[in-house]
Amino acid sequence: MNTTALEKIQAAFPDAICKVALDSVVINVQPENLEPTLSRLKNDPDFNCTLLADVTAIDYLEYPKHQGPRFSVVYTMRNWEDNLLLQVKTPVADPEVGVSSAAHLWGAALWGEREAYDQYGINFQGHPDLRRILNHWQFKGHPLRKDYPIEKRQICYETDSLEPEIRARLAKKGVDDQTLKDINTEVMFLNLGPSHPATHGAIRILTALDGETILANVNEIGYLHRGFEKNSEKMTYNQIIPMTDRLNYCSSMINNIAYVKAIESWLGVTITERAQFMRVVLTEFYRVLDHLVCISAAFVDIGGLTGYWYLYNEKEAAYDFISRLTGARLTSSFTRVGGMYRDFYDGWKEDMEHHIKTIEQGIDDALTLIAANRILHDRTQGVCVISGETALSYGVTGPVLRASGVPYDLRKDAPYYNYESFDFEIPVGSTGDIYDRFMIRFFEMKESISIIRQAMKSIPEGPINVTDSQVVLPKKEDVYSNIEGLANHFKLIFEGVKTPPGEWYDAFEAANGELGFHFVSDGSGKPYKLKVRPPCFYTMGAFHKMVEGNMIADAVINLSCINIIGGELDR
Amino acid sequence: MALGLEANLGDTVITTNLDVVVNWGRQYSLWPFVFGTACCAIEFMSAAASQHDVSRFGAEVVRFSPRQADLMLVCGTITYKQAPILKRIYEQMPDPKWVIAVGACASSGGIYNNYCTVQGIDTIIPVDVYVSGCPPRPETILDALIRLQDQIKGESILKDRHKDFKGILD
Repeated sequence: MNTTALEKIQAAFPDAICKVALDSVVINVQPENLEPTLSRLKNDPDFNCTLLADVTAIDYLEYPKHQGPRFSVVYTMRNWEDNLLLQVKTPVADPEVGVSSAAHLWGAALWGEREAYDQYGINFQGHPDLRRILNHWQFKGHPLRKDYPIEKRQICYETDSLEPEIRARLAKKGVDDQTLKDINTEVMFLNLGPSHPATHGAIRILTALDGETILANVNEIGYLHRGFEKNSEKMTYNQIIPMTDRLNYCSSMINNIAYVKAIESWLGVTITERAQFMRVVLTEFYRVLDHLVCISAAFVDIGGLTGYWYLYNEKEAAYDFISRLTGARLTSSFTRVGGMYRDFYDGWKEDMEHHIKTIEQGIDDALTLIAANRILHDRTQGVCVISGETALSYGVTGPVLRASGVPYDLRKDAPYYNYESFDFEIPVGSTGDIYDRFMIRFFEMKESISIIRQAMKSIPEGPINVTDSQVVLPKKEDVYSNIEGLANHFKLIFEGVKTPPGEWYDAFEAANGELGFHFVSDGSGKPYKLKVRPPCFYTMGAFHKMVEGNMIADAVINLSCINIIGGELDR
Repeated sequence: MALGLEANLGDTVITTNLDVVVNWGRQYSLWPFVFGTACCAIEFMSAAASQHDVSRFGAEVVRFSPRQADLMLVCGTITYKQAPILKRIYEQMPDPKWVIAVGACASSGGIYNNYCTVQGIDTIIPVDVYVSGCPPRPETILDALIRLQDQIKGESILKDRHKDFKGILD
């Protein structure tokens, strides 16, 4: 981040203490100034932070030499047009009293604040629906507080009814009790999931229907909340890499890369040229695979099984390449802090070229099936529309946001790994309907394949790891033959890569959108806190905005085309 | 070559044991219900797709309604929030029914030893076959299917299975 952004913000908020952390400017405000600050950042055209990326809290109970209140709340937001990344941080004196909510400014705060409440027990005054989101309703306590024991399990005996929530939503849409009772306008409640073929995992969608039209919709997530963030606090930085595979298991490599990139940025480590090119090739390859799974599953939901075979078989074939490279089909764990686990094998270029060629063939076959397909067009065009403005407000990123006409892509707007030197386009939709979300992925796959080809042409030879002994393990022959190598190895494995104390947020353009990692480090080899900003979470938070007013059958295909992956949705 | 009574009956009647003929039918026409929650479900998709093709083992009729299935494949992590739903769906399946715990999470909680993850689905419902791996390769899922078929071969149709099972939600 350049100093001009800091100066500009410090000048605008003279009372606040502003600091730079990586690419972001952190504004420390007092709780009473929180609401005015946020509202100015959102509404003042000088800042114009239309995208609220994330909301989280920090518990400083065990943080060494911490002064001040135990909890803090952090809002992360962006002005994507000017590449301005801001974090507003405020101390929370009493979590019961909490801070004022930002739900009236951004739709994304609705779910973001609910999560901070669920995990840390921070109250947000003025939040319209502050209840648990990831943990079940019978849960007592707040698991990410440092004094909550990780193995304290709580059994859930019954599923939440969600009836008050759907009735409140109906009332908001102008359906009163009188209409509900009227036999001619009888409203039917229909529940999809959390174990339903259309939900692609474990999501619960509750709808109130008038005939087949959705009047109101409430969604429940957290069925796959498996404590990634709490577990991470007990592991060294490199030990967490296999856990990141399981966030988005359709594109595990992208998670590996995004995660280590966040740590390397904070350490100030610049990885080797070859490693950068490897990461670009693999990211784009996995982006293609992720989109293939999404589209093929959407084909199944739409009733076009042929499209599924054309696309899924190519993905299945690509697993041969991945197993040969990483040793695993799905969970790659292929990066390390400071570089990569292994180099490419001999002859990888031929294999890669073969796979992208067959994938291109599959894409073209599938596109021929749908290009003039009246059924598909009628079912998807003009259906479940979301405007660019609403999508931004709800924190939607990635292909879904671009389908709504907002060309926000971190690869263009805040490039890393030489993305600025590649020749590629950002496809943008015109209406923000299901058709656009569907087609955007097709075009993105073509762009990604083009990036892979360019990178394959210019990938340099050379080492794949940096030579810093504080970051990367020594060579095996050193470990076995001299004491320095052995001690170095021992310390890195047992204590982990030590990061300087501090807090930072780093983002990556994953297949589904902005994948961010928010770290708090106390200087040790394990993160004090690790919060993931998953793209799916906020996309799902806008789901009701897309489906209300549409048919129930449209909600099913809408869910498949926004590509919700349970692992990163619930973590 | 028929040597006993069958030799006198020509090719019209076969005598057999009721267990054998019923189990023969059951073991080669398992109808799976996939309780897919996480990564393992993606590998089940691969097991069902062309290359590995689960239909070679007679189990390709994947049902999305528990009432039409007799094999439950639990593919993925089960959390305490999900547990009551798993139990209810298991109860909706008609007898006889079998359960395969696919992958480390379903078998034991896997790498998620924490506040929200059930440490093995056998604390909630009875399990017949456990599959290791995180996630298991499609071949391993097919292997589990063959093992289950072997197990079914040896069962008796007169005995109730898992009558005394008691899980944490019972």
